[in-house]
Amino acid sequence: MYSVSVKDLSLSFGSVDVLKGLNIDIGEGEFLVLLGSSGCGKSTLLNCIAGLLDISDGQVFIKGKNVTWAEPSARGIGMVFQSYALYPQMSVEGNLSFGLKNAGLPRDEINRRVSRAAEILQIEPLLKRKPGALSGGQRQRVAIGRALVRDVDVFLFDEPLSNLDAKLRADLRVELKKLHRQLKNTMIYVTHDQIEAMTLADRIAIMRDGTIQQLADPDEIYNRPVNLYVADFIGSPAMNFMTGILGKKGVQVGDITIPVKGYKNTLEMNDGEIVVGVRPEHIATGKSLADAVFRAEVEVDLVEPMGADTLAWCKLAGFDMRFRVDGQMVLKEGDKIEIGLDPARMHFFDAKTEERL
Amino acid sequence: MVDTVMTEARGPKPQKAVTGPKIIIYTTLTLLAIYYLAPLYVMVVTSLKTMPEIRLGNVFSLPRDVTFAPWFKAWATACTGLNCDGLSRGFWNSVQILVPSVVISIVVASVNGYALSFWRFKGANVLFTILLFGAFIPYQVMLYPIVIILREIGLYGDVWGLVIVHSIFGMPILTLLFRNYFSSLPEELVKAARVDGAGFWRILIRILLPMSTPIVVVAIILQVTGIWNDFLFGVVYTRPDSYPMTVQLNNIVNSTFGEKEYNVNMAATILTGLVPLLVYFVSGKLFVRGIAAGAVKG
Repeated sequence: MYSVSVKDLSLSFGSVDVLKGLNIDIGEGEFLVLLGSSGCGKSTLLNCIAGLLDISDGQVFIKGKNVTWAEPSARGIGMVFQSYALYPQMSVEGNLSFGLKNAGLPRDEINRRVSRAAEILQIEPLLKRKPGALSGGQRQRVAIGRALVRDVDVFLFDEPLSNLDAKLRADLRVELKKLHRQLKNTMIYVTHDQIEAMTLADRIAIMRDGTIQQLADPDEIYNRPVNLYVADFIGSPAMNFMTGILGKKGVQVGDITIPVKGYKNTLEMNDGEIVVGVRPEHIATGKSLADAVFRAEVEVDLVEPMGADTLAWCKLAGFDMRFRVDGQMVLKEGDKIEIGLDPARMHFFDAKTEERL
Repeated sequence: MVDTVMTEARGPKPQKAVTGPKIIIYTTLTLLAIYYLAPLYVMVVTSLKTMPEIRLGNVFSLPRDVTFAPWFKAWATACTGLNCDGLSRGFWNSVQILVPSVVISIVVASVNGYALSFWRFKGANVLFTILLFGAFIPYQVMLYPIVIILREIGLYGDVWGLVIVHSIFGMPILTLLFRNYFSSLPEELVKAARVDGAGFWRILIRILLPMSTPIVVVAIILQVTGIWNDFLFGVVYTRPDSYPMTVQLNNIVNSTFGEKEYNVNMAATILTGLVPLLVYFVSGKLFVRGIAAGAVKG
């Protein structure tokens, strides 16, 4: 039995189709991340699962029960919002117990659940405070606690870390991962941050224009993106692309030929253009050049030092390419450097359909 | 020369104590304050004078023998028509009209504004437009139709008839006020409350209204001053026994037997204006904050 199932889900606002016949099955205890740029419908999908938006077509099942017409509070979900959405006039304790009081739970049961959640999230000293007297990180803990006390099977997160500063975001990310390991609940997590997606997810659903482009585990998404959009979206800095024609010896890009021998799939010969993609971290320099099938000498146009590593820009066959080198390496603009490509770590896409070959 | 100035500059920029613009600003403000306060001064001074002293004609002079008799007369014994119990009757009538009108209009308008901003039902925008349109219809057009309506439902001349009229006429502007204020609150708050199992009323009462103090204060001030100062509806829809304070003030001032008692008239006028004045003094700061909060979004 799936924990959450979405069947043929569609949502239109007037003539605008926001979600177009989505199907997802989420397993018991799975951490699913909905990832996409703004406006792709990922938050809308989450709101539909929560029952906060009325859908145009399709069904939603939670724990095998059809909840398509059920109220949000009756679906067995807890939700955490980007803006925390804490009730400002209530203390932390009041915020945590509000839903339980609405459900008419007995006093001692409410106390038991609130203190358990407070203990898990380490917010016991804050229970008597108002949200206004809390820091951003503390507020988000309370918001998570509000979902926790509901004792539900499914947690929904709507960009919960986006309002926090970078350091806090990294800390809370780790805590969320630990929390998931401890609670083993099903979690659906919406974000536009690919680092969050890659680090937290069991599976990632990459969304675009109300459709799911690829639904797979992080490793698969990173190493075998199904199309150009996913390939471009995942990875920071983004993948390099070159357009060329597939020939007998390899892909002809401008005046160079990039070999394809070693690529996992056999590329069928056709006259159409194909797009060659290679991630900046998969371009070999220095010692690792030995394994590279293809080598070329390039001139460095621009250097972006980032501490741990340095990003260098160059031109290869007329296309802008960036590649990652060790941060300790001394590299200046105008330097000549030899780079290498390995077809096993490259990606090939049909230029017309944008699908992976 | 420029260089030395630049290197010496450090810390807060020195301010000149007296500058041309400052003199102009303060002079203008002082003159305007005097202009606005002079009538009030004349009223207070006159109300404390005896009639012989008033007849001397020194409008701005301070009273020689201070007397509070005019105030007592205005409040308790001045005659209007057959009643000789002063403004006190009108004051209590006005209170009886004011309190239920303010409460009803604010309660209904807050529910309206809440529904219009968070529970987008079909036709919500049309309804809101119609409601707003009501704010622009001149009262005079509706005077007589309302007389007929009140007569038909048996409330003509009754205090409650006036309460209903005030509540209805306060609705457009108050609904707009509450709708705009609620629109400025994060929608996720309502979503969170829905996940927590709170329904339409519980969200309003437990979550939103406790956050709405500034806008409720604005609504109270608008309604208290508006309803208290109303003359037209009061004189049309009530009978002499239940005239509000403003109508009674008019009747006292315009009663003509013997000489005009300026001191009593002044005292009566100040008494009538005390309630809105009090409301402004008590809640001036909250008023500004609330108006600003409602104006940010919408």
